[in-house]
Amino acid sequence: MSETIKVHSIESLGALDGPGLRTVIFLSGCPLKCQYCHNPDTWSMTSGHDMTVEDLIHVIMKYKPYYAQKGGVTLSGGDPLLQAKALIPLVKALKEADIHVALDTSGALWNDAIERLIHLVDLILLDVKHTEALVYHTLTGGNLDDTTFFLSQLIRHEKPYWIRQVIIPTINNTPEQLLYLEEITRSPYRQRMELLPFHKSAAHKWEKLNRHFPLAHLPETSENDLKELLDKAKLPFNAVVI
Amino acid sequence: MNTAWRSFITGNWCDTIDVRDFIHLNRKSYDGDEAFLAPATQRTQTLMTYFNQLKVAELDKGGVLDIDTHTVSSLLSYAPGYLKGHKELILGLQTDAPLKRGVNPFGGIRMARQACEAYNYQLSDTIETQFKYKTTHNDGVFRVYSDTIKQLRKAGIITGLPDAYGRGRIIGDYRRIALYGIDRLISEKKADKDVLTMKAMTEDCIKLSEELYKQIDFLNQLKTMASAYGHDIAKPATNTLEAVQWIYYGYLAAIKEQNGAAMSLGRVSTFIDIYAERDLMEGTQTESDIQEIIDDFVIKLRMARQLRTPDYNELFAGDPLWITESIGGVDADGNSLVTKSSYRFLHTLTNLSPAPEPNMTVLWSQALPENFKRYCAKMSIETDAIQYENDDLMRPLYGDDYGIACCVSAMRLGKEMQFFGARSNLPKTLLLALNGGYDTTSGLQIGPKMPVIAPDKFTYDTVWARLNQYMEWLSEQYVSAMNIIHFMHDKYAYEKTQMALHDTNVHRYMAFGIAGLSVITDSLSAIKHGATLPLYDENGYIHDFKISGSFPTFGNDKDDVDQIAVAITRSFMEKLRHYPTYRNAEHTLSLLTITSNVVYGKKTAATPDGRKAGEAFAPGANPMHGRDQAGALASLNSVAKLPYDDCRDGISCTFSITPKTLGRTLNDQCENLVAVMDGYFNQHAHHLNVNVLDRTLLIDAMQHPERYPTLTIRVSGYAVRFNQLNKAQQKEVIARTYHDAI
Repeated sequence: MSETIKVHSIESLGALDGPGLRTVIFLSGCPLKCQYCHNPDTWSMTSGHDMTVEDLIHVIMKYKPYYAQKGGVTLSGGDPLLQAKALIPLVKALKEADIHVALDTSGALWNDAIERLIHLVDLILLDVKHTEALVYHTLTGGNLDDTTFFLSQLIRHEKPYWIRQVIIPTINNTPEQLLYLEEITRSPYRQRMELLPFHKSAAHKWEKLNRHFPLAHLPETSENDLKELLDKAKLPFNAVVI
Repeated sequence: MNTAWRSFITGNWCDTIDVRDFIHLNRKSYDGDEAFLAPATQRTQTLMTYFNQLKVAELDKGGVLDIDTHTVSSLLSYAPGYLKGHKELILGLQTDAPLKRGVNPFGGIRMARQACEAYNYQLSDTIETQFKYKTTHNDGVFRVYSDTIKQLRKAGIITGLPDAYGRGRIIGDYRRIALYGIDRLISEKKADKDVLTMKAMTEDCIKLSEELYKQIDFLNQLKTMASAYGHDIAKPATNTLEAVQWIYYGYLAAIKEQNGAAMSLGRVSTFIDIYAERDLMEGTQTESDIQEIIDDFVIKLRMARQLRTPDYNELFAGDPLWITESIGGVDADGNSLVTKSSYRFLHTLTNLSPAPEPNMTVLWSQALPENFKRYCAKMSIETDAIQYENDDLMRPLYGDDYGIACCVSAMRLGKEMQFFGARSNLPKTLLLALNGGYDTTSGLQIGPKMPVIAPDKFTYDTVWARLNQYMEWLSEQYVSAMNIIHFMHDKYAYEKTQMALHDTNVHRYMAFGIAGLSVITDSLSAIKHGATLPLYDENGYIHDFKISGSFPTFGNDKDDVDQIAVAITRSFMEKLRHYPTYRNAEHTLSLLTITSNVVYGKKTAATPDGRKAGEAFAPGANPMHGRDQAGALASLNSVAKLPYDDCRDGISCTFSITPKTLGRTLNDQCENLVAVMDGYFNQHAHHLNVNVLDRTLLIDAMQHPERYPTLTIRVSGYAVRFNQLNKAQQKEVIARTYHDAI
């Protein structure tokens, strides 16, 4: 009997976290505390409920008919790295069933179990929260070095990855910052960059948890803001999606 | 060989009426993309501008531009109508002027009279006098209806029955006119009649023989109608323009003769494509010419109107005719039936802007060309005007030349027809069962009298057994009502034109229906989990419920509750089959509400699932608003479990999702929508209405209708202009679940 997995929730139609249609498993627990987090309710390891690998496979197989050539399962959170060891049997079972697996992470941790997990999955969605060490720490409570180390390991493993970043007004919305992000995440294994708009729609979740939402004073980022940013930056890399 | 058939591959279709064989041998499948499509010509654009002005004028006059109150609508009762001052490619109007409505009292004079009055017209004395001496379908039905049936209608347990207007849901095989010409069709019918009358004349023979007489009479009238426009349709069509025109004359004759609720077109696009390919090959037409013909045809279809009462519009909002065109699918060998004209039909949504009619219905197969799937998805995202039905599910049952009547009713073209029977309100039937046949809303004892279910008997097993007793009783009443209606419709308002475009011996379905499946399912789930308590009024009847716990609801892919929905459906269908039908029609069942889910809800007291009195039901087979919480695919998986073998008249599901939830780029969105449909239909699901839009857009459209003149959405088996829904219907549409990214 394998370890149980702490699952916050499951979204049956995920079209925004990896290629194609995906079942997104939101796992409990996160090493970071991002000030703009969309799912602060997933931070705690005590959120959610225990599921066995069999339970999860049972749910996932219901959605296999929708995966077509590109879709599959995305492990998200929280951050799935916290439960890397427990996830290994799940990912092995999914690979045996020929299901594409993506891992959505901020890359803030590293250990043997994580290395084995990385080896097994097909794609990493690496969310680089910020590219300046100081701001990174203020914004997330974590260290940029951990994420850059994680990225170097992906490249060493020749693992395909997408780079993502939430664009927040006044914090990381200059063309220079975007160009720098492009530069430090560049490798032959990077397939896509996704710029995500900063939204405040999760403010109610912060409130419910009795936490202060620190970025409440900032305006949201519009699709147009992202387009303008992209126009100004003139990235050398063309697979950027907003 | 006649010149009309030049260069066609010959086969069985030459010797006998066999349109399917003609298509099978001659169609040229197309698996390329949409790049070849031509834009609207200048002439088309000018005509559309004129048509849009007419529609504005129609709206300004309260929804009806004009009524000819002196003429009874039929094939030859109006002078030919034209769009004066415009060059038309496809000729023919229902009356002598565009958007002017005719009066059709054959279904019932009262409804015709009320419809005129609703728009400040008065039915002329001439027509009133004529119909004083004529029995209408409606007269016939009410001569025979029992008191119980009348009560069931009045209390809203069975409503929407076609007992006061044309029954519709019959598709003439209009392609036969183009391929064979009227004279050939007449000679075939005469031969059938000769054979029939050689036998001993039983009641069935006499009935059919008289019907054949009427069919032949109307084929002759159809020929005369076309000749008034200068066309000789005695002979087959010789090119694309004629093929489309001949088909349209057939359809036009049908809607002049009948005001059936759903008057569907069939499956004409791939048939027409064979003529288009020949014209292109012969160099007589260009792509732009062909598109212009299709555009013109679709404009004419969009001009089709029937005169209805406001009551009717509550059930079927937005002036629909269900001019359903079935597009695509594959043949019996698994080869695609998608042609360039499949694209051309859908392209009218671009050239002429989105609109509800014709009711574009894509027959979805896993084997459709990927390019076509992608194009359909793109058009759905851009227009919200397309519905999808599972060809892989229907083809084994109906062959590869079936069409969809109305929303979801499949039938072999020219070989099968149906007796339409609206739907029964099962949540209300449940309440009736709990209260021992007493209806708290109307205060009438409608069903067999039994004791009210006591608080200690309020368990799943007891309620289920009681419900089944009342479903048995309801089934007998329902079948009786349908038998009466269709006996009388055949007698007093027989569809002469449409049935002339069928084989003489047809297979008949009798289509029953269920409304409120998710409400009754959740109600039973609540009872099963002991999560709801009955509240009794001062007379001892159950009038409300108190939710005391949590329970699984339909739409979350939970077998525990989803199987209740399956059990109800199977059980009701089994009971309907206990009672013989008029003309030995085959019993079928649909899970479809059109927009009647709002009216049904209004007529139904509070239900055990916590739904308040008067609150709208979910449409069709949809989960109840907002109760499908596990995401879009979980919701679709629940609906996919409903058994098509017991719901052969269709299982309607309306799916609304925001564009951003479907993917970050248009390309991702298209690919993902294709994957949704492949995955859903791969699990034997039947139907999907696809809306890709934001709820905020609809809220804005409710407040500022003038900003959204062409906003079209799929409701339940058909599309509608949002602005043509009444406020209650708009609110219900807005309250539906819109699957949205977290």
